[in-house]
Amino acid sequence: MSAVTATAVTGSALPHPYRVASRRVDTGDTVTLELAYDDTPLPAFAPGQFAMLTAYGIGEAPISLSGLPEAGGGSARRLTHTLRAVGAVTRALHAAAPGAVLGVRGPFGTSWDVPSAAGHDVVIVAGGIGLAPVRPVLQAVLAGRSRYGEIVLLVGARTPADLLYRDELRLWAAAGVQVGVTVDRPSDGWTGHVGVVPALIPAARFDPGRTVAFVCGPEVMMRFTARALLDRGVPASRLRVSLERNMRCGMGWCGHCQLGPLLLCRDGPVVDYARAEPLMTIREL
Amino acid sequence: MTDDLVSRVARLPFFAELTPAHLGELCAVARPGSYPAGERVFAEGDVADRFWLIEAGSAALDLRVPGRGDQVIETLTAGSVLGWSWLHAPYRWQFGAVARERLDTIEFDGVSVRERCEADQAFGYAMLRLFLPVVTERLHATRLRLLDLYATPAEAAS
Repeated sequence: MSAVTATAVTGSALPHPYRVASRRVDTGDTVTLELAYDDTPLPAFAPGQFAMLTAYGIGEAPISLSGLPEAGGGSARRLTHTLRAVGAVTRALHAAAPGAVLGVRGPFGTSWDVPSAAGHDVVIVAGGIGLAPVRPVLQAVLAGRSRYGEIVLLVGARTPADLLYRDELRLWAAAGVQVGVTVDRPSDGWTGHVGVVPALIPAARFDPGRTVAFVCGPEVMMRFTARALLDRGVPASRLRVSLERNMRCGMGWCGHCQLGPLLLCRDGPVVDYARAEPLMTIREL
Repeated sequence: MTDDLVSRVARLPFFAELTPAHLGELCAVARPGSYPAGERVFAEGDVADRFWLIEAGSAALDLRVPGRGDQVIETLTAGSVLGWSWLHAPYRWQFGAVARERLDTIEFDGVSVRERCEADQAFGYAMLRLFLPVVTERLHATRLRLLDLYATPAEAAS
């Protein structure tokens, strides 16, 4: 399998107006917005790519695609983004009600390159809001189920209340996905796992030698997860992580998102672990 | 010790590095066991004289907190070792453990293993090489959770 390589920049420098078609509250501070274009749609986004979402008058923030559009019909070319209210911009985006107009630039960055995992077992490991960018990976794999082997989804969250897509987790498990969920801080009544998400990897059923792994979450979580996957025998060249820095222009012009030789808005966010590992432990980066 | 038990123990990746002789010594003090969901495997403060390899199911490590009941610290799944307090003085469980769901285990007599470690340094070193990574791994996991990685800056500061 070839390494994930940078895609040509296709995104726009000018925000396109998109209207909030639906807003679903996922957790206390996280919502999923479906955005419909007002005028002309942006080029199609691939899983792993991100958009710069503008809350007019406040600013813009990079938000990954968190869902695949339904084929055909009125929802084609709509964008799905899950975002957590953390700063001024994301709080404004979080508050956007159906009908509100947001600006969208994109698509930016590299994709998860899901089709290249055909013929392999697929292991997806997500921590916290990191489940959002890998959700389209799972949707794409399930849409082409016969092309893949075992499908494993391991999810870590701070508390049970912070778990994203709880209904879908049940549906995915019912569809044959090995779903493992663990939390750092259990609440009363929680009967699932307690602990860090890499601890779920040894018991997951997959063939490491024929596995492609997709990992997304806080960088430290990704490092420990990658270590556990490598220990199981997954080659670093088939292990992909999603890296984040200060994305600004989205086109590799401004250099704010530089990580060593990479401009992550263009050469990332999805990077092969073989390439990412040496960069993730350099303090100055 | 039965051939069936030896083959079950040999199948566990945890023991993959052991020589057949050391594996045989370990199996001589092992027996299969099971716990229904909800049954306490051991309680905090009791004598720690055994350890378990989880073949199937999961167990929760817990700690009694006054006013809050038994608080789950961590869960352990198939392939994990349950218990290492048998290895070091004062040989008392520092936490409790409960079967989260039906738990199938291989149970080892910790006192006998300890005695063999004392009598045979090569065996003792082999045990150390088995258990030290377990302790290290759990320490790493605990440190990761201390970082509260999924918290927002506001949550992390509170």
